[in-house]
Amino acid sequence: MSDMRSQAISFGLKSEEYDRIVELMGREPNFTELGIYSVMWSEHCSYKSSRAHLGKLPTEGPQVIQGPGENAGVVDIGDGLAVVFKMESHNHPSYIEPYQGAATGVGGILRDVFTMGARPIANLNNLRFGAPDHPKTPYLVNGVVHGIGGYGNCMGVPTVGGDTQFDASYNGNILVNAMTVGLVRADRIFKGTASGVGNPIFYIGSKTGRDGIHGATMASAEFSEETESKRPTVQVGDPFTEKLLLEACLELFETDLVVGIQDMGAAGLTSSSMEMAGRAGSGIRMHLDRVPMREEGMTPYELMLSESQERMLVVVRQGAEDEVKKIFDKWDLDCVAIGEVTETGRAELFWHGEQIADLEVGPLADEAPKYNRPYERPAWLDEVRALDVASLPMPDLDEAFRKVVASPNIASKEWIFRQYDHMVQTNTVQGPGGDAAVVRIKGTSKAVALSSGCNGRYCYLNPRRGAAIAVAETARNVSAVGGRPLAITDCLNFGNPERPEIMWQFVEAIEGIREACDVLETPVVSGNVSLYNETNGVGIYPTPMIGMVGLLDDVEKRTAQGFANDGDVILLIGETLEEIGGSEYLQVVHGRVAGDAPQLNLIREKAVQQFVRDVIQEGQARSAHDVSEGGLAAALAECCITGAEPRGATVRLEGGLRPDVHLFSESQSRYILSVPAIHAKRVLDKAASVGLPASRLGTVGGSRLVIEGMIDIPVAEINHLWRNGFAQVFEQGTHG
Amino acid sequence: MKFGVLVFPGSNCDADCFNTIEQIGQPVRYVWHKETSLRGLDCVVVPGGFSFGDYLRCGAIAKQSPIMEEVRRFAAAGRPVIGICNGFQILTEAGLLPGALISNQSLQFVCKNQYLRVSNTRSPFTHLFRNGEVVEMPVAHHDGNYVADPGTLKELEDEGQIVFQYCDAEGRLTPESNPNGSVNNIAGIINRSRNVLGMMPHPDRCADALLGNTVGRKVFEGVLSKVGI
Amino acid sequence: MRVRVFVNLKEGVLDPQGKAIQHSLASLGFDEVSEVRVGKVITLDLEGEREQAEERVKRMCEQLLANTVIESYRYEFE
Repeated sequence: MSDMRSQAISFGLKSEEYDRIVELMGREPNFTELGIYSVMWSEHCSYKSSRAHLGKLPTEGPQVIQGPGENAGVVDIGDGLAVVFKMESHNHPSYIEPYQGAATGVGGILRDVFTMGARPIANLNNLRFGAPDHPKTPYLVNGVVHGIGGYGNCMGVPTVGGDTQFDASYNGNILVNAMTVGLVRADRIFKGTASGVGNPIFYIGSKTGRDGIHGATMASAEFSEETESKRPTVQVGDPFTEKLLLEACLELFETDLVVGIQDMGAAGLTSSSMEMAGRAGSGIRMHLDRVPMREEGMTPYELMLSESQERMLVVVRQGAEDEVKKIFDKWDLDCVAIGEVTETGRAELFWHGEQIADLEVGPLADEAPKYNRPYERPAWLDEVRALDVASLPMPDLDEAFRKVVASPNIASKEWIFRQYDHMVQTNTVQGPGGDAAVVRIKGTSKAVALSSGCNGRYCYLNPRRGAAIAVAETARNVSAVGGRPLAITDCLNFGNPERPEIMWQFVEAIEGIREACDVLETPVVSGNVSLYNETNGVGIYPTPMIGMVGLLDDVEKRTAQGFANDGDVILLIGETLEEIGGSEYLQVVHGRVAGDAPQLNLIREKAVQQFVRDVIQEGQARSAHDVSEGGLAAALAECCITGAEPRGATVRLEGGLRPDVHLFSESQSRYILSVPAIHAKRVLDKAASVGLPASRLGTVGGSRLVIEGMIDIPVAEINHLWRNGFAQVFEQGTHG
Repeated sequence: MKFGVLVFPGSNCDADCFNTIEQIGQPVRYVWHKETSLRGLDCVVVPGGFSFGDYLRCGAIAKQSPIMEEVRRFAAAGRPVIGICNGFQILTEAGLLPGALISNQSLQFVCKNQYLRVSNTRSPFTHLFRNGEVVEMPVAHHDGNYVADPGTLKELEDEGQIVFQYCDAEGRLTPESNPNGSVNNIAGIINRSRNVLGMMPHPDRCADALLGNTVGRKVFEGVLSKVGI
Repeated sequence: MRVRVFVNLKEGVLDPQGKAIQHSLASLGFDEVSEVRVGKVITLDLEGEREQAEERVKRMCEQLLANTVIESYRYEFE
């Protein structure tokens, strides 16, 4: 084997991929060229296992200004404004070094959004940790939460939502998925393109060190004991520099000087420069010795592959050099012309005047391997899905209720979001803890509604339906506050795609997202794929995380989930079926993850959401809450304790279901509304007139939650259980 | 009355203060930290955020900025200066207010709504409140733990310089209602001449009816009617 | 020449980080630790004469490196 071939393999390329590189180049690559190929053709940058399927996702709609393929997606919200958003994973780095991994994850997604010209207005974070009692979990929870806060708080971007779930399947592979939403004038959107022969290419931001070299290839490999010791490759974040970079870039965007801009994220200078040239069909010439360096003795190879944070590559108009420099000087940031755009279609790299790499740009991006990996429904699925509800012992219902409400998955996450600044920018009309966050758009009557999440248990039991439910539920959350769902971003977290059963989960999940997005008319405008979330052959639950953005035309017409007034009538929209497969109840009370995910009728889902939005628009709903994990019991509990003050309720559940099933079933497409008594009949009639099941559950009032014949617990106790369930598990880990 | 809002690299509540001042109908401009004049301004606001990344100590590097020399002169002339959150930290570092702010006892950032007792209304910033009034304002900080030596504390008390204190819904100054471990539950103080205010809670975040609380306006509005009280 | 500046919270000023570390050490069985104080070490490489340097380092500490309201400092020339 040639030296370069074995080097290629150590960089994570396959032998046949190396053959293809030699064929494309007509010669053997040198070390720097090989490094560039290896990161551009890594799973992380090339999506080689997933590309064949991602194309199935719907990406178009009248609201879409920019779909996938740019730094982030863009959706029109009227008034000449648009929102820019994307979600991205930083799973592997966060497991290795939770504080810096999570912090730089937040930093990276912020840059993806502000490179488009947008000011970030909200962050959301979706976290998945191992079992609460796993010895590493408290340490990881603390590190990740500190890291997210440390970066986002300093940036002055409110962290308004997200979710946190625990399951043993994430013991060796936590998920840290960060989403940023930005606001931009619809006619001032910037893209990552290197066009205009002769235009200078500027390097701006922090200096380059040796951080994270081969981070992108690490994200494309399974974990083993050995990679756990690869600490030096973790990047360190500097949110202060990023804040300066944000302000400087926004100032730059006010001018007419920018041709194209891209953040140096995974694979750093390599991916930013090659992708910008690739999109424009142009070439680039860069003098790497001009790159600002933090360490001595750095090589061209290291400069091209470093993942140092807080850096951008900008192509500006010829002659604009001085004006650009003036802006970055004001903010004390490095700003150096390192090359120019050419017409050659090649990337020509120089080191002190000597050419050290000469690559055709096209093949780096377009000829990356694309695998149609074999997939097969796993044999174990039938066994896991089998669930005989009748054989489950009937628990003490009050006790089961207490367990579910205090479960870390259901309990209040205030311990987390209290550590995030969720109010800065003074637009947070509704912050974390509700169904969806509501962030007002200053200068208009509008607000965006934001929700993100995914139930990994459902996806494990039924990836197609689980993924569709993730889309439906985030949309349902947005509708619960009165918002109209517009579009999604996704972050597809899976195990090793080289295993047919994992690939099957992936393909099925794509189908589920496609179906749901088609019916709900919420196209996918951006996204990210994270594969190889596996340690020693054990994969995570398939977790296609969904981030939904919706719009409230009138921010005054909105609802929150908490009961607001004694005497109000409690209504259930939708119906409850015998569906405890994959439920929180089944896990925390019976210790099982089994059965099938709940059914999802997307036509019904859409109608229910439309109905609830109409009721909110007409001002008849005093509260609205999506019924999800923990079923009616958990939803009612949350309604009682999350209003301005705690309120009791008396409820009667009718129908032939087993009491525990009725309380904890996780049937989809349901809402709990509370309405003034005089409106109750009108709302029920209206539901009947559009063919939706709706029923009167009871009334708000008193100091206890009474579900007749099943549950009778003081609201104060529920409040205590729910508010402390989470902190109790993690407070002791603060020294971690 | 014309307000100036200082902007340091890393300030991030500058726009929130700016908007609040606009909401109370007053003219306002940003003042970049490298500027050297406050001419034409009647009140200076030092906003929250992470000036210079909070590196070394919160406010330690900001106090060296050129504009701070001018802020000292402005304050010495008896004109009103309001420091909020990081602004409070900067004013203590600059020696315009006594004491210092160190890491929260929990070692965690804390962001939430917090009850405050208005403990002295004899200042331009608090005279629109009732003495002993309990109000709610957001806090959001990692280093809000106020410390001062016993002598300074006694002086603060004797001179009525403690204007806001963390409390519970009934106005009791309990350890449980103290979000950061501040001595005597101190949330906000004024200097001896009563024209410089420093407070950790954010009046700039509760000045908009849409956000459900407008009590913070009073801090800014107070300055309009009683300059140099 | 190289100078190391040590900055600590003054005696009597509560050190929340130190307290947390002490607590953590105790829970690991190191209960002989009666107090922990966390400080900073700032390393300066500087040029010039030792005698002048000493005076200037003192001023650096007073003006920026330490907040003498709550912190004490000392320095060592290597």
